[in-house]
Amino acid sequence: MEFLRPASWEEALAAKAEHPTAVPIAGGTDVMVEINFDQRRPEQLLDLNRITELHEWEVGEEQVMLGASVPYTRIIENLRTELPGLALAGHTVGSPQIRNRGSVGGNLGAASPAGDSHPPLLTAGAEVEAESVRGSRRIPVEDFFTGVKRNALAEDELIKRIHIDKASGPQQFSKVGTRNAMVIAVCGFSVALHPERRIVKAAVGSAAPTPFRATAAEDFLTAALDEAGLWESGGAIPLSVARQFAELCSASCNPIDDVRGSAAYRRHAVGVMARRTLSWVWDGYRSTGGNGARNDEGGSRCA
Amino acid sequence: MAGATRVPTTITQGTTTKGGIGESTLRPDGTLKVTGEFAYSSDLWHEDMLWGCTLRSPYSHAEIRSVDVSEALKTPGVYSVMTHDDLPAETNFGLEIHDQPVLAKDRVRYHGEAVAIVAADHPETARRAAAKIRVEYAELPPVHDEMSATGPDAPVLHPGRDDHHAPHVAHPNIVHRQPIVRGDVAAARERADVVVRHDYEVGMQDQAFLGPESGLAVPAEDGGIDLYIATQWLHVDRDQLAPVLGLPADKVRLTLSGVGGAFGAREDMSMQAHACLLAMATGKPVKIVYNRYESFFGHVHRHPAKLTYEHGATRDGKLLYMTCRIVLDGGAYASSSPAVVGNAASLSVGPYVVDNVDIEALALYTNNPPCGAMRGFGAVQACFAYEAQMDRLAEELGMDPVELRQKNAMSQGALLPTGQQVDSPAPVSEILRRVKAMPMPPEKQWQSSDATRGGTDVDVRALPGGLSNTTHGEGVVRGVGYAVGIKNVGFSEGFDDYSTARVRLEVAGGEAVAMVHTAMAEVGQGGVTVHAQIARTELGVSGVTIHPADTQVGSAGSTSASRQTYMTGGAVKKSCEAVRERVLQLGRERFASHHPAWTGGGELLLEGGKVVTGSGEVVAALVDVLGDEVVEEELEFRHRPTEAFDLKTGQGFGHVQYSFAAHRAVVEVDTELGLVKVVELACAQDVGKALNPLSTVGQIQGGTTQGLGLAVMEEILVDPDGKVRNPSFTDYLIPTILDTPTIPVDVLELADEHAPYGLRGVGEAPTLSSTPAVVAAIRNATGLALKRVPVRPEHLTGTS
Repeated sequence: MEFLRPASWEEALAAKAEHPTAVPIAGGTDVMVEINFDQRRPEQLLDLNRITELHEWEVGEEQVMLGASVPYTRIIENLRTELPGLALAGHTVGSPQIRNRGSVGGNLGAASPAGDSHPPLLTAGAEVEAESVRGSRRIPVEDFFTGVKRNALAEDELIKRIHIDKASGPQQFSKVGTRNAMVIAVCGFSVALHPERRIVKAAVGSAAPTPFRATAAEDFLTAALDEAGLWESGGAIPLSVARQFAELCSASCNPIDDVRGSAAYRRHAVGVMARRTLSWVWDGYRSTGGNGARNDEGGSRCA
Repeated sequence: MAGATRVPTTITQGTTTKGGIGESTLRPDGTLKVTGEFAYSSDLWHEDMLWGCTLRSPYSHAEIRSVDVSEALKTPGVYSVMTHDDLPAETNFGLEIHDQPVLAKDRVRYHGEAVAIVAADHPETARRAAAKIRVEYAELPPVHDEMSATGPDAPVLHPGRDDHHAPHVAHPNIVHRQPIVRGDVAAARERADVVVRHDYEVGMQDQAFLGPESGLAVPAEDGGIDLYIATQWLHVDRDQLAPVLGLPADKVRLTLSGVGGAFGAREDMSMQAHACLLAMATGKPVKIVYNRYESFFGHVHRHPAKLTYEHGATRDGKLLYMTCRIVLDGGAYASSSPAVVGNAASLSVGPYVVDNVDIEALALYTNNPPCGAMRGFGAVQACFAYEAQMDRLAEELGMDPVELRQKNAMSQGALLPTGQQVDSPAPVSEILRRVKAMPMPPEKQWQSSDATRGGTDVDVRALPGGLSNTTHGEGVVRGVGYAVGIKNVGFSEGFDDYSTARVRLEVAGGEAVAMVHTAMAEVGQGGVTVHAQIARTELGVSGVTIHPADTQVGSAGSTSASRQTYMTGGAVKKSCEAVRERVLQLGRERFASHHPAWTGGGELLLEGGKVVTGSGEVVAALVDVLGDEVVEEELEFRHRPTEAFDLKTGQGFGHVQYSFAAHRAVVEVDTELGLVKVVELACAQDVGKALNPLSTVGQIQGGTTQGLGLAVMEEILVDPDGKVRNPSFTDYLIPTILDTPTIPVDVLELADEHAPYGLRGVGEAPTLSSTPAVVAAIRNATGLALKRVPVRPEHLTGTS
């Protein structure tokens, strides 16, 4: 196995162009496990740890530019106001040691249906900036996941950064695992309010071959909130609406039975998480007087 | 857990020699393990050593048509490739029945069975070479349950059995069957006002010890072999190894290497024979280290069990009879299945007085992973079922579940279904009373006292789901459950169970110091502190060295069955006493004229480096008495003999000693998502005498946590075709600190007069009652029947 250690982003792109099967590695929290378990024997590993810009982030007017290698710990500590959904998801990733090394770029590269960052990226609104020696492009995160552990990257492309919309309203993330920490998602759910556009986005992880947006549920809820004038009034969401939203989220799943959980449980749990997280974000929205100016995490604390 | 642990003051009082029994001396390896500096057997290194690798079967049941190692042998860096045909002497091994091939011959019987081994100059080279071995398999129909094992067309997994259980089993795929009958069940059934009958199931638990299987075999100049190994019983490894290697036992020398934990999983051999065979074939040191994935295939697991229990009682809650049938899945090879059957049968009634019983326990041969020893050893499965029965019965009777248990609880003098009388304290009712009397943990601990955020602030770490942020209190219901269990201590059923200790006392550096040498495997149980404590107490010296454990001293028996403090501790005590006698004799010979106490016939003791009288008067300094003399004794210690259970009636004085623990579990269940947070697991246990109180509480908390794991998450999932589905810590989940509750412990010390210092084995009993207590609490919260562990979210939400 060859271990490529480019000193710069340009060198990394050149190396990836020369060795399209090279596997990029940053924190190594996924790649090294696969290698250690002998599930994967790449010809080359492409070590991105010397490329400092991948560890940097920048908070802009509308978006956060998140370097691909920024570890979850940094996101949790520094970006919970701008990216509350992603910060909550970051809390659920592995152990503190894993959170110190693992990054959103790695999660996207692996493109596991169970990746914890995917649902909050889908609900916040994000683009993946991919680059190769041929040039750079931005892939909407909705188009990024193409199958189980497959993504839209060309073989010579690397993820440079992720452009994530700053939260304009409350966001939530919730995931079910069969233990209270350090667990892979049986299924995950994220919801984000976008008060300025009067829309709600909802996304599901680990309940279909790829993470996905529950668009039928989103459309229903957006319409229901609009009809009842709830964005303006800040009134409570009727139970029937919350229930219908949850049912539509549940129905949008296409899960499998596997060692971590049954398909029936996944469908059921997504519905429960949808109903609960909706109530948390809506309570957050109402508690800010309906103007959505303050980014509340819906009341949870994850120290 | 800090602050929640209560140790009675009576067991923390010091003795006259500092660091003696009853003191919480610290483990020498504790800090090293926590900081990651401890040298495990996987850290062993030798100049010029090779690395071994094992090729394992991808099928659970298949005929081996051919094995072609030629490509593997051609790989540069490869020194040896061995298959069954290359074995030099005996080809099989086993703890009780030698039914397991060192390398599969013409048939594989479980997924992961060893087929070939490779030695190479680099572990990666060895792995790549192993991948080049071409094995032609022809799959056979797998035996996976009782039906397929004993049905009319069942393939016989071990044809031509000649072991001593073979004559009395109804089918060759039954390893061993033990019935116990006593009283008149039919008549009692007539008298019963209430009858409860249910089926239960226990999943396959893994020991999940630290430090996967590993060791280093070094060929010696005398043609023998030195093996540095993490194991539970050096001598039984040696006795299985020597015939396989074709060497006399004294040429096979084992030294204990750094062990992370064992819990029964290191009782059977794993890589021992493979490393030695490769070392002998190549003439070079060979190291083998399993990773966690291979470890799941490299050792036996806890027997999964299907149990049917029936209890009949009077209206006022007096148990009249019990019948049960316990079917244990032993997997492909016998391992310790026969002894597990004996335990399951003889402890199936629990710590209760039931005069009429009809009990049957058996273990099957199947093509599932081999199962054998694990903490609790047959008593765990039974305890889950009989404690569930107690709750069902209490419900039927409208009685308090603790009161029902207390009403039927055994006490000293009670007769077990085997006819054996319990002849030492059995405070079953008392430990139940104590856990029930403990203060309840506060409600809704997830609610933050911080009111600045409108009272909505929650600490998700204290809720079901934890950091996964699944509830802020929605759907959460609290439940409380109780359970109590009985575990035997030591090896039972007539086994000649003994331990050996060599103790030396001499003057070094102007001070009398002791050396304790045993073959006891320290696997975390704490013998390493206890032996030194005993030596200090018995010999009155502070400087005690624990010699590394090896086979250069007599057997210490297995570090299992909660027996080591009793047995090897007993041997250390006995040898110390013999050393002391010789020292006093020396004193009488040399100094009789110096002090009247030497010849006065009164008691003389060794304390604080002095010979003192019973009243504490100093007679002589130990250094003066010893002079240049080295006093050494090596003695064996045996517990009182036991006898086999009658094969038809199950009657017999089968066990040495019994150990009792009770738990109260408080859980909070997210009833909508089926997630569980165990809030508290209070335990009361009688330990006879806590030689090291801190260690004792540690054992109880560890056993409690392992029981919690079985209750809510730990299970090796096996397909109907015998394939293991989750052989990694990604999907075999064990409790993290966020899953581990506060564990207040109440330790009783009621001496057993048959045991050294009155002590009682500690390590296993808390593993028994923890599981049913947690499940009882979940039933209490949800109202569900829950007849299977581990309880999964699917079971709590009707989405299986």
